[in-house]
Amino acid sequence: MHQSRIVITGVGLTSPNGNSLEEYRKNLLDGVARIQMIDMRYMGPKGAIGQVPAGVCDFDPKKHQTRKELRVGTRAGSIAIYAAREAIASSGLDFENYDKSRIGVYIGTTEHGNVETENEVYNISKFDYDTKFWTHHHNPRTVANNPAGEITINTGITGPHYTIGAACAAGNAGLIQALQMLRLGEVDFALAGGVSESIQSFGIFAGFKSQGALGTHETDPNKVSRPFDKTRNGIVVSEGGCIYTLERLEDAQARGANIMAEIIGYRINSDASDYVLPNPERQAECMHQALAVAGIEAGEVDIVNTHATSTPMGDIQEMKAIAEVFGDCPTTYINNTKSYIGHCMGAAGALELAGNLPSFQDNIIHPTINVEDLDPECALANLVINEPRKVDAVKVILNNSFGMLGINSALILKKFED
Amino acid sequence: MTEDQVQQIVIDIINEIAPDEDTTGIKPEVNLRDQMDLDSMDFLDIVMELRKQHGIEVPEEDYPELASLKSCSDYLTPKFNAK
Repeated sequence: MHQSRIVITGVGLTSPNGNSLEEYRKNLLDGVARIQMIDMRYMGPKGAIGQVPAGVCDFDPKKHQTRKELRVGTRAGSIAIYAAREAIASSGLDFENYDKSRIGVYIGTTEHGNVETENEVYNISKFDYDTKFWTHHHNPRTVANNPAGEITINTGITGPHYTIGAACAAGNAGLIQALQMLRLGEVDFALAGGVSESIQSFGIFAGFKSQGALGTHETDPNKVSRPFDKTRNGIVVSEGGCIYTLERLEDAQARGANIMAEIIGYRINSDASDYVLPNPERQAECMHQALAVAGIEAGEVDIVNTHATSTPMGDIQEMKAIAEVFGDCPTTYINNTKSYIGHCMGAAGALELAGNLPSFQDNIIHPTINVEDLDPECALANLVINEPRKVDAVKVILNNSFGMLGINSALILKKFED
Repeated sequence: MTEDQVQQIVIDIINEIAPDEDTTGIKPEVNLRDQMDLDSMDFLDIVMELRKQHGIEVPEEDYPELASLKSCSDYLTPKFNAK
C-alpha cells in the first residue's frame, strides 16, 4: 500500500525554559533549567498551603487570546492556543486563506479536568458545599476535548478536533494520530502535539507524593529533576505545550514549506503488566517495532531521547530497554530533557522532540544535566551528560515517551532529504 | 440602595466577567447584548456573581429582566432593598 510521506513544517511551544524553539534550544545547550517552588493548596502540614517544585511557563497568553477567552477557558486551552498559533506562524502557511475545514487538531493529554474540578470543589467549599455556586463553565472546561476545542474556537478551524488521552506518552500519540489522519486523507493539514496544565492540580502532586515519586532536593529546585543521578528521588511536575504542523510531503513541497523533519517510523504498544511500573521488555519491543516501521537498523539512529522522569526505578527500566536495543550502536547517543524542564506530562513527548530537532541542522546533541553521580545502573556509554556533544551528522532521532497503565510510544524522525 | 447604585453593581460585574468590553458608555435603556459582545454564558455569570457577591437570587424565568441596565435596576433594586 502506498503511504504518503509525512513531514513537520512548523512548531510552536511553551516550556518552563522557553517560549519559542530558539529560546528553548539555546537553554538546552547552555544548561539552563528553570524549575521553581510554587504554592500548592493542601500540600503543607495539615492541609495548609505548601510548596512544591514545578515547571511554570511564562508565555504571554494575551498574545493570542482576549481577556474574556482567558477567563472562560482553561490553562490547558490557553497553552494549546499559544502553541498552535505559534506553530501556524512558524509553518508559513497562508492560514487566513486556507480551507479551515481541511485542518485537523490532535492534541495529546495526560489528563484533563482535574484542575477545573478541584477548583470548583474548593470554590463551593466557601459556600458550605452548596452546588448552586458550582460554575456553569465546569462542563465545557472539563470535557476531554477541551484543549483541542479551544484551539478551534480561537482559530476558526472547522475540521476535526479531539484530544488523545495517552498518559505521558500523549505528545507522541498526538503526532501519530495526525500522521494517520493525513495518510487517510481525512485532513490536509494537521496541528498535533501535546499540552499539560497539571501544575494547577494539587491531586497530581499529592498522588505522586503518596506514590513516593514526587522529587525533592534540599536546596535547589533546578536540581530536583535529575534523571540517571544516583540520588534522584522523583518527578518534577511541569506545565507546557508543544504543537507541530504536519503535512503530506507533496503538499508541503507544493507550497514551498520549510521542512523540518520527516516522520519515518512510530509505534505504540502496551505493557499489559502493571499500573505504574514500566516494563523494559515491552519498551524495547516498542522501539524495535518503530525501527521496523521506519525500515532502519538501530545503529542508524543518532539520538535517542529518553522518557526518564528521575524516578529510582523508571530510569533503570528504560535504560535496560535502551541497552537491549542500542547496546551495540557506538554512534547512537542518548539524552534527556526532563532534567531542565521537569515532566511536562501530556506535552513531554512533543516538547522533548522539539528540543532535539535542531540537531538536524547544528549536529549538536544537548546533554542531560544534573548528573553529579551517575547511577551505574543507568550508565550507558553514549549517555550525553552535562555538556553538549558535537557529532559529524545527526540524521535520525528516536523519541521515547512512556506512560502509566503501561503505554509505550516511540517516534522516529529523519532529517529531510528529498 | 438607589437604582444608580444597583446599575453600578451590574457594571462592576460585567467589567469582571467581560474584561475586554468598554462599559463606560452603556446606554441604560438599550439591551446589553446590542451594545456588547455578551453571550448566554455571560448572563449566567451575571446571575452567579449576583448570588455569590450579593446573595441575590434571579430565578430562570426572570432572566429576561436582566436584558438592559435599566431593566436590571428596575428588577434588582427592590431585591437589594429587601435584603
